[in-house]
Amino acid sequence: MIGLSSYLTLGAIMFSISIAGIFLNRKNVVVLLMCIELMLLSANINFVAFSYFLNDISGQVFVFFILTVAAAEAAIGLAILVTLFRNRNTIDVDQLDVMKG
Amino acid sequence: MNFTDLVFYFFSAMLVFSGLGVISSRNPVLSALFLVLSFFSCSALWLLLQAEFLAIVLVLVYVGAVMVLFLFVVMMLNINITQMRQGFVRYLPIGALVALVMVAQMVWIVGPVGPDVFNTEQLNQAVQQPADYSNTKELGKVLYTDYVFPFEVASVILLVAIVAAIALTMRRREMTKYQTPGKQVQVRKADRLRVVKMDAETNE
Repeated sequence: MIGLSSYLTLGAIMFSISIAGIFLNRKNVVVLLMCIELMLLSANINFVAFSYFLNDISGQVFVFFILTVAAAEAAIGLAILVTLFRNRNTIDVDQLDVMKG
Repeated sequence: MNFTDLVFYFFSAMLVFSGLGVISSRNPVLSALFLVLSFFSCSALWLLLQAEFLAIVLVLVYVGAVMVLFLFVVMMLNINITQMRQGFVRYLPIGALVALVMVAQMVWIVGPVGPDVFNTEQLNQAVQQPADYSNTKELGKVLYTDYVFPFEVASVILLVAIVAAIALTMRRREMTKYQTPGKQVQVRKADRLRVVKMDAETNE
Protein backbone atom coordinates (compact mmCIF):
# COMPACT_ATOMS: atom_id res chain seq x y z
CA MET A 1 0.00 0.00 0.00
CA ILE A 2 1.35 3.37 -1.02
CA GLY A 3 1.14 5.74 1.93
CA LEU A 4 2.68 9.01 2.95
CA SER A 5 5.90 7.33 4.03
CA SER A 6 6.54 6.01 0.51
CA TYR A 7 6.46 9.50 -0.93
CA LEU A 8 8.60 10.87 1.90
CA THR A 9 11.13 8.10 1.27
CA LEU A 10 11.21 9.00 -2.42
CA GLY A 11 11.80 12.66 -1.50
CA ALA A 12 14.62 11.64 0.85
CA ILE A 13 16.27 9.52 -1.86
CA MET A 14 16.09 12.33 -4.41
CA PHE A 15 17.49 14.83 -1.91
CA SER A 16 20.43 12.53 -1.12
CA ILE A 17 21.10 11.97 -4.82
CA SER A 18 21.37 15.71 -5.36
CA ILE A 19 23.64 16.07 -2.30
CA ALA A 20 25.91 13.38 -3.79
CA GLY A 21 25.79 15.24 -7.11
CA ILE A 22 27.05 18.41 -5.43
CA PHE A 23 29.93 16.38 -3.95
CA LEU A 24 30.82 14.71 -7.24
CA ASN A 25 30.50 17.57 -9.74
CA ARG A 26 32.36 20.17 -7.74
CA LYS A 27 33.97 21.71 -10.80
CA ASN A 28 31.01 22.07 -13.12
CA VAL A 29 28.74 24.95 -12.15
CA VAL A 30 26.03 23.95 -14.64
CA VAL A 31 25.61 20.52 -13.05
CA LEU A 32 25.66 22.15 -9.61
CA LEU A 33 22.70 24.31 -10.63
CA MET A 34 20.92 21.21 -11.95
CA CYS A 35 21.50 19.47 -8.60
CA ILE A 36 19.91 22.45 -6.83
CA GLU A 37 16.89 22.13 -9.12
CA LEU A 38 16.66 18.44 -8.24
CA MET A 39 16.85 19.28 -4.54
CA LEU A 40 13.96 21.76 -4.83
CA LEU A 41 12.02 19.11 -6.72
CA SER A 42 12.42 16.64 -3.86
CA ALA A 43 11.16 19.27 -1.39
CA ASN A 44 8.18 19.83 -3.69
CA ILE A 45 7.40 16.09 -3.70
CA ASN A 46 7.15 16.23 0.09
CA PHE A 47 4.88 19.28 -0.04
CA VAL A 48 2.51 17.72 -2.56
CA ALA A 49 2.42 14.41 -0.66
CA PHE A 50 1.55 16.14 2.63
CA SER A 51 -1.03 18.25 0.83
CA TYR A 52 -2.72 15.13 -0.52
CA PHE A 53 -2.59 13.02 2.63
CA LEU A 54 -3.67 15.83 4.98
CA ASN A 55 -6.37 16.92 2.53
CA ASP A 56 -5.16 20.53 2.68
CA ILE A 57 -4.56 22.50 -0.50
CA SER A 58 -2.17 25.04 1.12
CA GLY A 59 0.76 22.71 0.45
CA GLN A 60 0.19 23.04 -3.28
CA VAL A 61 0.23 26.83 -2.95
CA PHE A 62 3.66 26.56 -1.36
CA VAL A 63 4.86 24.37 -4.23
CA PHE A 64 3.63 27.09 -6.59
CA PHE A 65 5.80 29.67 -4.81
CA ILE A 66 8.81 27.34 -4.70
CA LEU A 67 8.52 26.83 -8.46
CA THR A 68 8.43 30.62 -8.94
CA VAL A 69 11.50 31.24 -6.82
CA ALA A 70 13.35 28.31 -8.43
CA ALA A 71 12.70 29.70 -11.91
CA ALA A 72 14.01 33.11 -10.83
CA GLU A 73 17.06 31.50 -9.24
CA ALA A 74 17.82 29.46 -12.35
CA ALA A 75 17.55 32.54 -14.59
CA ILE A 76 19.87 34.65 -12.43
CA GLY A 77 22.30 31.77 -11.87
CA LEU A 78 22.62 31.10 -15.58
CA ALA A 79 23.05 34.82 -16.28
CA ILE A 80 25.90 34.97 -13.76
CA LEU A 81 27.37 31.84 -15.36
CA VAL A 82 27.28 33.36 -18.84
CA THR A 83 28.94 36.54 -17.56
CA LEU A 84 31.64 34.53 -15.78
CA PHE A 85 32.33 32.45 -18.87
CA ARG A 86 32.58 35.61 -20.98
CA ASN A 87 35.11 37.15 -18.61
CA ARG A 88 37.19 34.13 -17.53
CA ASN A 89 36.55 31.68 -20.40
CA THR A 90 36.00 28.82 -17.94
CA ILE A 91 33.33 27.62 -15.53
CA ASP A 92 35.74 25.72 -13.30
CA VAL A 93 34.79 26.55 -9.72
CA ASP A 94 38.41 26.44 -8.58
CA GLN A 95 39.36 29.23 -10.96
CA LEU A 96 36.46 31.48 -10.02
CA ASP A 97 38.02 32.74 -6.80
CA VAL A 98 39.11 36.15 -8.07
CA MET A 99 36.85 39.04 -7.14
CA LYS A 100 38.26 41.34 -9.82
CA GLY A 101 36.11 41.17 -12.92
CA MET B 1 -0.61 -4.71 -5.48
CA ASN B 2 -3.11 -2.72 -7.51
CA PHE B 3 -2.61 -0.52 -10.54
CA THR B 4 -1.82 2.78 -8.74
CA ASP B 5 0.91 1.05 -6.76
CA LEU B 6 2.44 -0.18 -9.99
CA VAL B 7 2.29 3.34 -11.44
CA PHE B 8 3.94 4.75 -8.33
CA TYR B 9 6.77 2.20 -8.37
CA PHE B 10 7.36 2.62 -12.11
CA PHE B 11 7.58 6.41 -12.02
CA SER B 12 9.61 6.54 -8.80
CA ALA B 13 12.09 4.07 -10.27
CA MET B 14 12.31 6.29 -13.35
CA LEU B 15 12.77 9.37 -11.13
CA VAL B 16 15.62 7.79 -9.16
CA PHE B 17 17.25 6.46 -12.34
CA SER B 18 17.12 9.86 -14.04
CA GLY B 19 18.39 11.58 -10.89
CA LEU B 20 21.40 9.26 -10.89
CA GLY B 21 21.81 10.05 -14.59
CA VAL B 22 21.88 13.79 -13.87
CA ILE B 23 24.73 13.53 -11.40
CA SER B 24 26.82 10.89 -13.20
CA SER B 25 26.61 11.86 -16.87
CA ARG B 26 29.83 12.73 -18.59
CA ASN B 27 28.21 15.29 -20.85
CA PRO B 28 26.28 18.25 -19.34
CA VAL B 29 23.78 18.11 -22.24
CA LEU B 30 22.94 14.54 -21.22
CA SER B 31 22.55 15.72 -17.62
CA ALA B 32 20.05 18.34 -18.72
CA LEU B 33 18.08 15.77 -20.71
CA PHE B 34 18.04 13.42 -17.71
CA LEU B 35 16.72 16.33 -15.63
CA VAL B 36 13.90 16.74 -18.15
CA LEU B 37 13.08 13.03 -17.72
CA SER B 38 13.04 13.39 -13.95
CA PHE B 39 10.65 16.37 -14.18
CA PHE B 40 8.32 14.31 -16.38
CA SER B 41 8.31 11.37 -13.95
CA CYS B 42 7.74 13.71 -11.02
CA SER B 43 4.77 15.33 -12.76
CA ALA B 44 3.28 11.85 -13.28
CA LEU B 45 3.65 11.23 -9.54
CA TRP B 46 1.92 14.54 -8.81
CA LEU B 47 -0.94 13.49 -11.06
CA LEU B 48 -1.21 10.39 -8.90
CA LEU B 49 -1.50 12.70 -5.87
CA GLN B 50 -4.35 14.64 -7.53
CA ALA B 51 -2.28 17.81 -7.98
CA GLU B 52 -3.13 18.21 -11.65
CA PHE B 53 -2.44 21.93 -11.95
CA LEU B 54 1.06 21.67 -10.49
CA ALA B 55 1.85 18.65 -12.67
CA ILE B 56 0.95 20.60 -15.81
CA VAL B 57 2.83 23.67 -14.56
CA LEU B 58 5.89 21.53 -13.89
CA VAL B 59 5.91 20.26 -17.47
CA LEU B 60 5.05 23.58 -19.11
CA VAL B 61 7.16 25.96 -17.04
CA TYR B 62 10.04 23.73 -16.04
CA VAL B 63 10.52 21.52 -19.06
CA GLY B 64 9.31 24.20 -21.46
CA ALA B 65 11.14 27.22 -20.14
CA VAL B 66 13.75 26.56 -17.48
CA MET B 67 15.24 23.42 -18.98
CA VAL B 68 15.37 24.97 -22.44
CA LEU B 69 17.28 27.85 -20.84
CA PHE B 70 19.66 25.31 -19.28
CA LEU B 71 20.16 23.58 -22.62
CA PHE B 72 20.79 26.92 -24.34
CA VAL B 73 23.48 27.84 -21.83
CA VAL B 74 25.09 24.40 -21.81
CA MET B 75 25.32 24.32 -25.58
CA MET B 76 26.47 27.94 -25.81
CA LEU B 77 29.37 27.52 -23.40
CA ASN B 78 32.34 25.65 -24.72
CA ILE B 79 32.95 23.33 -21.79
CA ASN B 80 36.04 21.19 -21.54
CA ILE B 81 34.45 17.95 -20.34
CA THR B 82 37.58 16.05 -19.34
CA GLN B 83 38.79 18.95 -17.24
CA MET B 84 35.37 19.20 -15.62
CA ARG B 85 35.44 15.53 -14.64
CA GLN B 86 38.58 15.87 -12.52
CA GLY B 87 37.91 14.89 -8.93
CA PHE B 88 34.87 12.80 -9.80
CA VAL B 89 36.48 9.50 -8.82
CA ARG B 90 38.27 11.12 -5.89
CA TYR B 91 35.07 12.40 -4.31
CA LEU B 92 32.95 9.39 -5.27
CA PRO B 93 33.43 7.43 -1.99
CA ILE B 94 32.75 10.38 0.33
CA GLY B 95 29.80 11.55 -1.76
CA ALA B 96 28.22 8.11 -1.85
CA LEU B 97 28.85 7.65 1.88
CA VAL B 98 27.22 10.97 2.79
CA ALA B 99 24.25 10.25 0.54
CA LEU B 100 23.75 6.75 1.94
CA VAL B 101 23.97 7.95 5.56
CA MET B 102 21.50 10.76 4.83
CA VAL B 103 19.04 8.46 3.11
CA ALA B 104 19.29 5.92 5.95
CA GLN B 105 18.63 8.60 8.57
CA MET B 106 15.69 10.13 6.73
CA VAL B 107 14.10 6.76 5.92
CA TRP B 108 14.56 5.77 9.57
CA ILE B 109 12.57 8.85 10.62
CA VAL B 110 9.84 9.08 7.97
CA GLY B 111 10.00 5.81 6.10
CA PRO B 112 8.00 2.61 6.44
CA VAL B 113 10.69 0.69 8.36
CA GLY B 114 11.76 2.99 11.20
CA PRO B 115 10.14 4.07 14.47
CA ASP B 116 7.58 6.15 12.52
CA VAL B 117 8.06 9.28 14.62
CA PHE B 118 5.47 11.32 12.77
CA ASN B 119 2.88 8.56 12.91
CA THR B 120 2.54 8.75 9.14
CA GLU B 121 0.07 5.89 8.95
CA GLN B 122 -2.45 7.74 11.09
CA LEU B 123 -1.98 10.92 9.08
CA ASN B 124 -3.78 9.46 6.11
CA GLN B 125 -6.86 11.62 5.59
CA ALA B 126 -6.74 11.44 1.82
CA VAL B 127 -10.05 11.88 0.05
CA GLN B 128 -10.75 10.56 -3.41
CA GLN B 129 -12.31 13.59 -5.01
CA PRO B 130 -15.27 13.19 -7.41
CA ALA B 131 -14.73 13.38 -11.14
CA ASP B 132 -16.02 16.97 -11.52
CA TYR B 133 -13.64 18.28 -8.83
CA SER B 134 -11.33 20.95 -10.26
CA ASN B 135 -7.94 21.14 -8.59
CA THR B 136 -7.13 24.33 -10.51
CA LYS B 137 -10.30 26.03 -9.30
CA GLU B 138 -9.65 25.15 -5.66
CA LEU B 139 -6.03 26.27 -5.92
CA GLY B 140 -7.11 29.55 -7.50
CA LYS B 141 -9.64 30.18 -4.75
CA VAL B 142 -6.97 29.84 -2.07
CA LEU B 143 -4.31 31.66 -4.10
CA TYR B 144 -6.37 34.79 -4.72
CA THR B 145 -7.86 35.09 -1.22
CA ASP B 146 -5.62 33.78 1.56
CA TYR B 147 -2.31 33.98 -0.29
CA VAL B 148 -2.85 37.08 -2.40
CA PHE B 149 0.01 39.04 -0.82
CA PRO B 150 2.60 36.25 -1.29
CA PHE B 151 1.30 35.93 -4.84
CA GLU B 152 2.06 39.61 -5.49
CA VAL B 153 5.49 39.21 -3.89
CA ALA B 154 6.17 36.26 -6.20
CA SER B 155 5.39 38.43 -9.22
CA VAL B 156 7.81 41.10 -7.95
CA ILE B 157 10.48 38.41 -7.50
CA LEU B 158 10.01 37.35 -11.12
CA LEU B 159 10.29 40.97 -12.27
CA VAL B 160 13.51 41.42 -10.29
CA ALA B 161 14.86 38.21 -11.81
CA ILE B 162 14.12 39.44 -15.34
CA VAL B 163 15.79 42.80 -14.71
CA ALA B 164 18.81 41.18 -13.04
CA ALA B 165 19.31 38.60 -15.77
CA ILE B 166 19.12 41.21 -18.55
CA ALA B 167 21.34 43.67 -16.68
CA LEU B 168 23.96 40.97 -16.07
CA THR B 169 24.16 39.67 -19.60
CA MET B 170 23.64 42.81 -21.68
CA ARG B 171 26.86 44.16 -23.05
CA ARG B 172 27.32 47.47 -24.79
CA ARG B 173 29.93 47.34 -27.49
CA GLU B 174 32.32 50.20 -28.10
CA MET B 175 31.94 50.54 -31.85
CA THR B 176 28.16 50.31 -32.03
CA LYS B 177 26.46 53.31 -33.64
CA TYR B 178 23.15 54.30 -32.15
CA GLN B 179 20.84 57.30 -32.18
CA THR B 180 20.33 59.72 -29.31
CA PRO B 181 16.77 61.03 -29.65
CA GLY B 182 17.33 63.86 -27.15
CA LYS B 183 20.12 65.36 -29.18
CA GLN B 184 18.18 64.83 -32.38
CA VAL B 185 15.25 66.81 -31.04
CA GLN B 186 17.43 69.64 -29.77
CA VAL B 187 19.04 70.34 -33.15
CA ARG B 188 18.30 73.80 -34.49
CA LYS B 189 18.47 75.05 -38.02
CA ALA B 190 21.58 77.15 -37.36
CA ASP B 191 23.61 74.08 -36.33
CA ARG B 192 23.15 72.23 -39.56
CA LEU B 193 22.45 74.76 -42.32
CA ARG B 194 24.89 77.39 -43.56
CA VAL B 195 23.76 79.83 -46.25
CA VAL B 196 26.67 80.82 -48.47
CA LYS B 197 26.51 84.04 -50.38
CA MET B 198 28.44 84.08 -53.62
CA ASP B 199 28.28 85.93 -56.87
CA ALA B 200 26.66 84.34 -59.81
CA GLU B 201 29.06 83.02 -62.41
CA THR B 202 29.36 85.06 -65.56
CA ASN B 203 30.31 83.64 -68.90
CA GLU B 204 33.14 85.79 -70.13
